[in-house]
Parts: sequence; C-alpha cells; structure tokens
Amino acid sequence: MSAPLLEVRDLRTHFFTREGVVRAVDGVSLSVDRGRTLGLVGESGCGKSVTALSIIGLIPKPPARIVGGEVIFDGRDLTKLSERELEDVRGERIAMIFQDPMTSLNPTLTIETQLVETIRRHNDVSKREARRRGIELLDEVGIPNPDARIRDYPHHLSGGMRQRVMIAIALSCEPDLLIADEPTTALDVTVQAQVLDLLDELRREHDMAMIVITHDMGVIAEVADQVAVMYAGQIVEQASAVELFARPEHPYTEALLGALPQLEDAASRAGRLTAIPGRPPSLLDPPEGCRFAARCPYAGEPDGCAEHPPELRELRPGHLVRSEHPASERARSREGAPA
Amino acid sequence: MSALLEVRDLVKRFPVKRGLFFERTVDYVDAVAGVSFDIAAGETLGLVGESGSGKSTTGFCVLQLMRPTSGSVRFEGRELTELSGEELRRVRRNAQIVFQDPYSSLDPRMTVGNIVAEPLVVHGVGTRRDRRARVRELLDVVGFDPMYVNRYPHEFSGGQRQRIGIARALALSPRLIVCDEPVSALDVSIQAQIINLLKDLQAEFGLAYLFIAHDLAVVRSVSDRIAVMHRGRIVESGPAKQVYEHPQVAYTKALLASVPVPDPGRMQERKAERRRLQGAVAM
Repeated sequence: MSAPLLEVRDLRTHFFTREGVVRAVDGVSLSVDRGRTLGLVGESGCGKSVTALSIIGLIPKPPARIVGGEVIFDGRDLTKLSERELEDVRGERIAMIFQDPMTSLNPTLTIETQLVETIRRHNDVSKREARRRGIELLDEVGIPNPDARIRDYPHHLSGGMRQRVMIAIALSCEPDLLIADEPTTALDVTVQAQVLDLLDELRREHDMAMIVITHDMGVIAEVADQVAVMYAGQIVEQASAVELFARPEHPYTEALLGALPQLEDAASRAGRLTAIPGRPPSLLDPPEGCRFAARCPYAGEPDGCAEHPPELRELRPGHLVRSEHPASERARSREGAPA
Repeated sequence: MSALLEVRDLVKRFPVKRGLFFERTVDYVDAVAGVSFDIAAGETLGLVGESGSGKSTTGFCVLQLMRPTSGSVRFEGRELTELSGEELRRVRRNAQIVFQDPYSSLDPRMTVGNIVAEPLVVHGVGTRRDRRARVRELLDVVGFDPMYVNRYPHEFSGGQRQRIGIARALALSPRLIVCDEPVSALDVSIQAQIINLLKDLQAEFGLAYLFIAHDLAVVRSVSDRIAVMHRGRIVESGPAKQVYEHPQVAYTKALLASVPVPDPGRMQERKAERRRLQGAVAM
C-alpha cells in the first residue's frame, strides 16, 4: 500500500491570547489517501477549521502558532517550509474553499479577472489562454453559459453559483488535495445536494483527494470515504464512513448520532431526542483526562478516565478511538459479567 | 371547534427600489403570495421552505410585526389586521415569538432578569416582587440557572441564550409562539436540548407553535402538520407523516430527496432519486 498523500501527526496549534493559551488543536492525527475523501466532523469551536488552516499554513500568526506535530504532505513536512515555499504548495498542490463564497471572492472584480489572475499566477500562459481555460473550468463546474457568466461580478450570481466559481478557481491549479471548509453550510438544501454531487464528481475525474469539514453528519455520509470526529481540539474517532455510521464506538459519536432528528422517523414527533447534557469544555483550560468525561454517561468508573487522558488507539483495523469506553468493549464487558 | 389561528390569503408585497439618491420603485415582489393555514390550540404547524420562500415573512405578518398587504389573520377569533395600538398589544400577550439568532435578539445592555421581565413590565403585570419571582420561575422552567439573573447575555453560549429567549416568550403565558428558526444557529447536541425543551413546554402549557425552519428533519421531529412554502406560496400541506412519506408535489419530493441522510449505505440510491427529480427545483 502506498503512503497516504497527507499525514498529520500529533498536530498542536495553540492561540496565545491575553486570557491565556487556547489549545484549539491539541494532538490531531489523521491521514488522507490519494483520490479519497476524508470528512472532518465536529461542533463549532472543536478546532476543525484551525486544523485545516494549520495544514496549509494559513493560521493567523500571532496569536496562533503550531507548537508541535508534523504535517507530511507527499513526503514533505509543511510545518518546516518557508512562507514562499508554502505559497507554491497552496497554489499548485493544495487548494481550499470556504463556507461563504461572498467573502472569499473579491466583490469589486469580475469572475474573469479573478480566474485569469489565479491561472496565470501558477501557469505560464497568455491572458487569452488563461481566459479560455477559465471558461472551460466554469463549464466543468456546471455554470450555464460560461462565456457570458465569466464577465459577471460575484453579486450577480446566486450563492450556489458563487460556490461553483470558488470551486472552479480552486480547481484551476489541478490540486492533489482540496480542502472544503463547510462548503455547503450557507446554501439551501437543494443547492447543497447539487454542490456535494459536483464535488464528488470532480474528485473522481481529477483523482483529487478531499478534506470536507462540516458539522453535518448527513453531509459526511454523503461525501466521505473516511471520517474523523473531532471534539475539543482532538480527534476522538476515525473510521471508514460505512463503519462509523454502522458501528460508532466513541460515546460522543454515539451521542451525536443519537441527537440528530431523523427525516424518516415517523415516531420522532412523539419522542424526545437524546440530547447531550452540558457543553464542550473551554480550550483555555481543558480537563486533564478525557475531554468528553464531563458529558459522558460511562465516565466515572474506576478506570480513572477523567484523570488520565485516553490515547487514540486502534480498536479494529482502520477504526481508531480515543476513549476508555468504546461501544464494543462495553458490550463485551456486559456479556462477560457474571449472570 | 374553531382554530386558534386562522390565516387566509395572506399577501405581503415589497417594493423593489432602484437608484442611489433618488430611490424609485421599479417593481413589486410578493414575498408572501396568498397563504392560508390554521393552527389549533396545542398543535404545531411546521412551515418549511428554502431561503427566500417567504416563511419568515409569513411569521412576522401573523404577529403583525410586519403589516400584511392583504389577507386575514384571525387569532382567538379576532381579526389582527384591523387592530392597532393598545388593542393589538393586548392580543400579543397571547402570541409571542422566538427568533433564530440568540446573539442579536437579546439586548446586550440588559441583564438576563430584565430581558425576561420586560414583557411583564410592558404589560404591567404584577408588582416588582411578583415579577422577580416569575422571572426565576420562568428561567427554572427553561433549564436556565436562576442564579445568573444579574448576568448579561454575552456571558452565555448560544443554547443558554436561546433558553433566555424562550423564557421571555413564555413570560405572559401565551397560547401561540412563532418559532422562527429557533435551533438553526445551534450545534446538534445543543439543538436537541432546545427541541426537547420546546416539546416539554408544549406538553406542559398546551402551547401552539408555528415552527418555521429550513431543516426538514428538525421540523419533522416537532410538527403535527407541515406546510411547504416555495416562492411565497404553500405548495403542499398536510399531516407530517403524509407529507414526508407520500409527498404529492414535485417540489416537496425534490426537497426531501436533497436532505443528506446520515447513512452512507443509502447514498447511491438517494443520489439516483435526486437525479430523477432534477428540474423540479430551480437551479
């Protein structure tokens, strides 16, 4: 088996603020294979966006700093590169799209200017050639009538169309890895479905790997091959998408899936959702042991997981979990208990 | 028995203006283009639709926070569109609203206690002491520690703030609450807490909800009946089970097929369904 395209090992990104050190990313390890999609899922403030920004070296410094870990991309540690070298990586190998295409596109420039500029920055081609490629790209991301649309300003386009333009710009460098941070959160559900389908199609056609960051388990199920669940600055579970949804191990993942209202559940009106009590810990002063312990229904047993931080361990081949109480072990200990 | 709320042929028309200094109206758009529905006491009507479908405008027009261009809104048998001033204010005691964004809907300069007490003050309910007791009771009911009455909203998380907003809406013991995207700014785990709270309050106080949201799974989990809005009109309505399991209108079908379902095993099947329905929704 070949080495993964991206391997993040024990990444730590801390924010040095007046109030103290915020451990936004605190020991994240994950890997992305060539041509595959990793879904990074977690609730707001869990550090998923900071993880992405750390990978491509776009964290705001100061106050943030990568204080530990490695980001091995195609054999090179990105955390060791100079700003200049990183810029090349970002332009040629890794591209990123964000939640709100209106704020990432320049409102005062036409789509053409922005596309041509990006294409020419990384390719030695004429303006005319860059424009031709730009129109091709717009066509590829499903923008109707691209030779007219390329002259538009961003505000002429709907949210979904703007996100398609962002994807076209991201594709212009033929990246090996596309990082999409909440790419469909600002979009209506019908448009979201179209954009997710488009991303998946492009991934296959360009043999491109993707990291899709989202808070939405439904979006994850839709696009991801592998899933990493983040909680309070750490990866708490990683597995293939099929495995994760069928056999979630971490109590947080279980709770998160249980808290989701079900579209197809006729009984849901009468019942109650299984809410997770409390809320995530402050990353200014995270708990010493397991970060989910305070909200975990299984913590507090004699194993002392509230005091000693559990390691991310491989429970089954390809299924990693950071908990002393994974579902399968709980089931086993129940069976093993004397009758 | 007549319904608690009866809305008939509701229309809200907005002018479309052009020009930087000398604005002139060049066109009109009907954000709400003839909407009718009923809500019975103790019942939840889920009003779903995508952005711009007119669902929030409908909610505002029901409460007369925005005056409808035409149509009728009867609440407890009274025609709200004809009321104003003191009369309207009295009716509003029984019809309250909870907003989407608990960050911008609470006055940052008021303490939690004063925010919840404000409706009581405005309507001259009770003495100061009564109100103080009532505020504590309300906060307790919504699961917000009354110990923090003297704190300010910014000190609390989104979920806690939404509890403050709900306590305030409950202050006058209303019979109807318009919930305008009440959980869409919240994380899943917190969202579940608030949905459960809204259900508990409904069971306890017999509240009726007009529950406006874009998230079809959330709406299903709280609603007895559903109305699907598209471009200012209700395109389909009925009991929740019927609308979700046997949608009749192409738009509803496409909307339901677009919802990402947390089950990777069914991805291909749903994708195929979506492709089949393509064209029912405007791109």
